[in-house]
Amino acid sequence: MSVVTVQLGQCGNQIGHEVFHAVCSDVRGTHGLCSKKENESYHEACKERFFCEEESEVPVARAVLIDMEPKVISQTLSTAARSGHWKYDEQSHFCQKQGSGNNWASGYSVHGPRHKEAIMNLMQREAEKCDRLGGFFTIMSMAGGTGSGLGAFVTQCLRDAFPTSFLLNHVIWPYSTGEVIVQNYNSVLTLSHLYQSSDALLVHENDAIHKICAQLMGIKQISFRDVNQVIAHQLGSVFQPAYVAKGSSQYSRNPLGDLMETLVPHPEFKMLGLRNIPQMPENSLAYSTFNWPGLIKHLRQMLIANAKMEEGINWQVRPPRPGSCTSSHSTNKPLHFNTSIANLVILRGKDVHGVDLGNFRDPSLYTSWLNPQDAFNAWKTPRAFNKYEKSAALVSNSQFLLKPLDDVVGKAWNMFASKAYIHQYTKFGIEEEDFLDSFTALEQVISSYTNL
Amino acid sequence: MTQSVVVQVGQCGNQVGRRFWDLALREHAAVNQKGIYDEALSSFFRNVDTRSGGDGPGIHKGKICSLKARAVLIDMEEGVVNEILQGPLRDVFDSKQLITDVSGSGNNWAVGHKLYGCQYRENIVEMLRKTVEYCDCLQCFFIIHSMGGGTGSGLGTFVLNLLEDEFPEVYRFVTSVFPSGEDDVITSPYNTVLAMKELNEHADCVLPIENESLFEIVNKIHQMISSGKLGSTVKQNSLVTSSAGVAKTGREKPFDTMNNIVANLLLNLTSSARFEGSLNMDLNEISMNLVPFPRLHYLVSSLTPLYTLADVNVPSRKLDQMFSDAFSRDHQLIQADPKHSLYLACALLVRGNVQVSDLRRNIERLKPSLHFVSWNQEGWKTALCSVPPVGHSHSLLALSNNTCVKPTFIELRERFMKLYRKKAHLHHYLHIDGMEQSCFSEAMLSLSNLIEEYHELDVTNGGPRTDPSRLKIAV
Repeated sequence: MSVVTVQLGQCGNQIGHEVFHAVCSDVRGTHGLCSKKENESYHEACKERFFCEEESEVPVARAVLIDMEPKVISQTLSTAARSGHWKYDEQSHFCQKQGSGNNWASGYSVHGPRHKEAIMNLMQREAEKCDRLGGFFTIMSMAGGTGSGLGAFVTQCLRDAFPTSFLLNHVIWPYSTGEVIVQNYNSVLTLSHLYQSSDALLVHENDAIHKICAQLMGIKQISFRDVNQVIAHQLGSVFQPAYVAKGSSQYSRNPLGDLMETLVPHPEFKMLGLRNIPQMPENSLAYSTFNWPGLIKHLRQMLIANAKMEEGINWQVRPPRPGSCTSSHSTNKPLHFNTSIANLVILRGKDVHGVDLGNFRDPSLYTSWLNPQDAFNAWKTPRAFNKYEKSAALVSNSQFLLKPLDDVVGKAWNMFASKAYIHQYTKFGIEEEDFLDSFTALEQVISSYTNL
Repeated sequence: MTQSVVVQVGQCGNQVGRRFWDLALREHAAVNQKGIYDEALSSFFRNVDTRSGGDGPGIHKGKICSLKARAVLIDMEEGVVNEILQGPLRDVFDSKQLITDVSGSGNNWAVGHKLYGCQYRENIVEMLRKTVEYCDCLQCFFIIHSMGGGTGSGLGTFVLNLLEDEFPEVYRFVTSVFPSGEDDVITSPYNTVLAMKELNEHADCVLPIENESLFEIVNKIHQMISSGKLGSTVKQNSLVTSSAGVAKTGREKPFDTMNNIVANLLLNLTSSARFEGSLNMDLNEISMNLVPFPRLHYLVSSLTPLYTLADVNVPSRKLDQMFSDAFSRDHQLIQADPKHSLYLACALLVRGNVQVSDLRRNIERLKPSLHFVSWNQEGWKTALCSVPPVGHSHSLLALSNNTCVKPTFIELRERFMKLYRKKAHLHHYLHIDGMEQSCFSEAMLSLSNLIEEYHELDVTNGGPRTDPSRLKIAV
């Protein structure tokens, strides 16, 4: 089954490009550490998922590129074509001349309805190119106007037009010290709307990835390209072909479905966080060796202590003893222990099959209303990913994003109380009631996650 | 990509405009190696085939034939515009883009606004329509004028009104040169306050500039260069001080250097909309992010660095200095000190070889020393444009919505009151058709209200912060 990637806005298009690039170069490499047959199988599965073969031998990415102004899309298209290894379908993009001006209302209420037909036609076209449609993967940032506002509108339209398809939104959380002044408003409006139409929200925070670039990758002058490449690597480690069932001999053909099934048991809980270790500069890879027990131990502690990367993990945090009172009703209480609803660990590389993941099945990690047997899943794939001899990813539906969400809602509420910038939104039809609805929806989500 | 139209009104407006077009051509010439008419060029220029007489829709692709500025030049006396038309930029403008008269406005806002406004309304509308028709997606009007005189101030604000009526969807950015305290035009406070009422009500964004600040900056650069303190790392000709753009004039005219700074401000403001970058900022984003309440749309600007460094790889120390300078008093283009007042919002537009980590590091570094309003503690809008200005490896434009404009406006009001109390020179204004005493009192009120709004913010946000309580959800 194939996944159609929808790249929305500057951020979505820049990241989308890096994702296809990472996936393509992983497949072309000879570092799979597996048999030729295995490699070919992997190659085929990846191709089916992300690319379609046209008359030209260069694989064409299954993607729709959307932006309200032309600069980024034209750059994205040409950079991909120049690589010589893959490209975009020249017709699968939609752009206008004037951007959304960082205005969610402009993206959602003006550009959305105005261009709905043209955009949905492109979606239909890409969907029809797939033998079997496995769902949509949208990439957007929450801070701006197009990715966030138009993205929320497009997600709604996709849900209406493809009611039975899986819909996963990859959302980029902006730097907390500000990239866009109205980013908190845009974020609140985006998240509340996505929650209604999307199956799950997979989140990456710019602050966290920036730290990874600085401290783990050793990059001195970090550019957005560096940040996007780390994000692409992390996404690749989740979405590249994997064996999802024990003893299966075929790569799973339903990546989005598999993900949803394991991680989203209840529609109230859709926020997914992603961690991937190890992470290091490419030229250090040859000199490093890893062992699975070490990686698993770190990954588990990162889950428990809500660490964003492999450095600075707080080892003091321990899961609560069974029977003790662990609920924290007030959001003011420091949240040390990260309670999970469901977790998925994806292992790739040498000797995966012998890895013991028993510690992840510990019931104390999970909320009480799910059977721990159902709450945890593991996918083990011997084919190594992106030159890492061993790579472990964790996709977690847990309290990972509780604090960031709470912070964003808090700041947005603070600004809303003074009515600053509201006139910019009402100008395009988003009224104060709409804001209040969004705030209410998100407070509900915060409350649900807090009371796990 | 979108287009912008520049409307330059009056002597000051046209002189600054002339520098702007000169530098814009130079900037695009440096970037556009192949001579192809591209989207970036189309934001400010039309490409026409001179054989068809400059009329017609223009050529949208392919080689550059002849570039025409998307500009309308208005002046009520002919001197400045004639000079432009006889100078090296004459091919960039044509006679269908200008409106001139002979007698000038006599430094009288009423003459400019009421008399000439009425007289030339039809012409101006017609000319604007034509210019707008040549654009396939017009986003913004840039008005350049001065506040202290008659034409720029009066007719300029008349045009502003007109733009709102005729093209309400298009943004109106106004670059206003405010007179200094020792201005030689006695009635400049009247003209300025009368014009300000119009700016309050009809502009989307105003970038106030004070001649005093420009003068101080130019002096500082000259001093630094001549004292040789900077050694071999500084080139003699900097973007700011050299007026040798496409037009290679022999001597530098008196205000040219100062006007260069303003021209650069406009170029940098639009750079992220014209050129590529890893985090773009379009013009509509400026208004969206920097104007929290409709009337508080006065943005204090600063440009750094002001002189060219010869080093290509600038150590981060120097880069950090650029950020620090942007917040210092002597780099602001009005006589104000944003660092010691309250920030409502701040935008940083970086050009050149600067990455997001440099930007974030400097924001972290400078944040503690700046006071932001309680509901916008992280009020930063950032943009990264890959193309640096000509002759520099990187540059920074900082735009601040800050209560430091309050003292400037209060001083302006005082100068106005000094004259108004005595009814000095009022008769020159009142005998113009359409002008009444109420125009003055209304303008004064508008200014006072504006000052009061800034004052309110200063007072309520100086104190300790209490966050409003959040919505409670029943569990």
